[in-house]
Amino acid sequence: MMPGPGSIWRRWAVLALPYAWLLLFFLVPFVIVFKISLADQQIGVPPYTPFLARDDGGWHIQASAANYLFLLSDSLYFRAYLNSLRFTAVATTICLLIGYPMAYAIARAPGAWRTRLLLLVILPFWTSFLIRVYAWIGLLKENGVINNALLAMGLIHAPLPLINNAFSVQIGLVYSYLPYMILPLYATLEKLDWTLLEAAADLGARPWRAFWSVTLPLSLPGVAAGALLVFIPMVGEFVIPDLLGGPDNLMIGKVLWDEFFTNHDWPLAAAVAVAMLALLLLPISVIRRRLAKGVA
Amino acid sequence: MKRLSPLLLVMLVLGYAFLYGPIASVVVYSFNASRLVTVWAGFSVHWYGELLRNDQIQDAALTSLSIALMSATGSLVLGTLAGYGLARFARFRGRGLFAVLTASPLIMPEVITGLSLLLLFVALERATGWPNGRGMFTITLAHITLGLSYVAVVVAARLESFDISLEEAALDLGARPFKVFRVITLPLIAPALAAGWLLAFTLSVDDLVIASFTTGPAATTLPMVIFSSVRMGVSPQINALATLILLLVAVLVIGASRLIVPKKNGAAARTPG
Repeated sequence: MMPGPGSIWRRWAVLALPYAWLLLFFLVPFVIVFKISLADQQIGVPPYTPFLARDDGGWHIQASAANYLFLLSDSLYFRAYLNSLRFTAVATTICLLIGYPMAYAIARAPGAWRTRLLLLVILPFWTSFLIRVYAWIGLLKENGVINNALLAMGLIHAPLPLINNAFSVQIGLVYSYLPYMILPLYATLEKLDWTLLEAAADLGARPWRAFWSVTLPLSLPGVAAGALLVFIPMVGEFVIPDLLGGPDNLMIGKVLWDEFFTNHDWPLAAAVAVAMLALLLLPISVIRRRLAKGVA
Repeated sequence: MKRLSPLLLVMLVLGYAFLYGPIASVVVYSFNASRLVTVWAGFSVHWYGELLRNDQIQDAALTSLSIALMSATGSLVLGTLAGYGLARFARFRGRGLFAVLTASPLIMPEVITGLSLLLLFVALERATGWPNGRGMFTITLAHITLGLSYVAVVVAARLESFDISLEEAALDLGARPFKVFRVITLPLIAPALAAGWLLAFTLSVDDLVIASFTTGPAATTLPMVIFSSVRMGVSPQINALATLILLLVAVLVIGASRLIVPKKNGAAARTPG
């Protein structure tokens, strides 16, 4: 379409509202978070010291890196950080190991089945996240479904410690984010040119060999998209470590929540958010180029 | 089409068992007569009756539904504009920033979005007196921001899947831009609009974290009630509630998929992927 004389005006008629909305409700809030992360907690409304303060001399800026220094000095935060990274890395890998064969099988299924199988993957992803995490409490707890079944079968004599530990957090993460992994993998595998595999077979490659040297390399963009898509929100996960984890399995998202809701330390919570964002900046910048390209 | 190998078939069956097993256990135990959630004491619909008498849950459900209705509709309007802009305007000042802003809420951890929106509302109220207090209104604003992104992505993907020449032809024939949008574009993207609205609605109904940050003392949503009661321990009433929610979602999603997934004979009208 040629950009006619009226078209700039028309463009901004379309764009002005969503652009202004996103600037106000997505970009400006980050600036405020950063500003408040430099403040101090105080008793009052709001519970943080103002950025600009007035004393006998005039206006001056009150900002300090004290919250960040505190995050570095208390090992609780550092451990929560490491936990988040470790849990997320392991869960992303397991999601990939379960999700890849599933996506592959769906992509190779007969046409009529493909839609149905895909719908079955999407369905739990639309149901309440909270309820899916809650379901695991009933399964894993001390007198839960799994322990009761194992006891009844005589396989164990005392309940296994299945919940409020690293194991249950890991299961919760894999379970909740598996559909996010399968969908981009499927999208890539579905477009794959299967005649390449036939060519490899004709040239004498065994199925596994063909998979390793043809299918897997060609599906790497889907692997990358899926991994990034689950990694970023998982790092900040709150509900799963809160409901399924124990005191030793803190993740950074739960630390932020507790600082805010339990300790009412807004500036420290803001500093945790900034620190988390710094950790996620690299994966976000990779995926945002991908997303921007996908949208564009 | 070749048949699936036995190994793949086994992986598929195990994968679906993993996805649906926990959900099935919630549904089964919602019909348990015993108060102890995990001891089976016979079939009963007792907990569904309790649920009907639980005013707190019903109020929260009503709050959640009204927030979801408003925010999904707001997301639809803003997200359609954003998706249309991204798909149809190849170049404009600030396009890069706009694309990033549109996509980012999709992947941002909820605790960060929630905290940053709350701090914005507090700062705005101190500076301008608006929004006066926090509750349903501020949750709705927050959910519109989240839903906008989902709608924009779905709408942009749909717009890119069909040929722009249809719109250009109408323009060449002298139709005004808004009429082209109404007569040509809108019917073509209608399935994406339905999917986007539904997605935004579901996200809003389901959200615990962002709503907890942005609410005030006046508004309690359904996920907040579920969360605080789950923190106390597993409760049979929550199982019953979960089953009802699952049923509702299944009906909605399967209904929507009929709308969105092409029928066999209508498939020719659509361009694949």
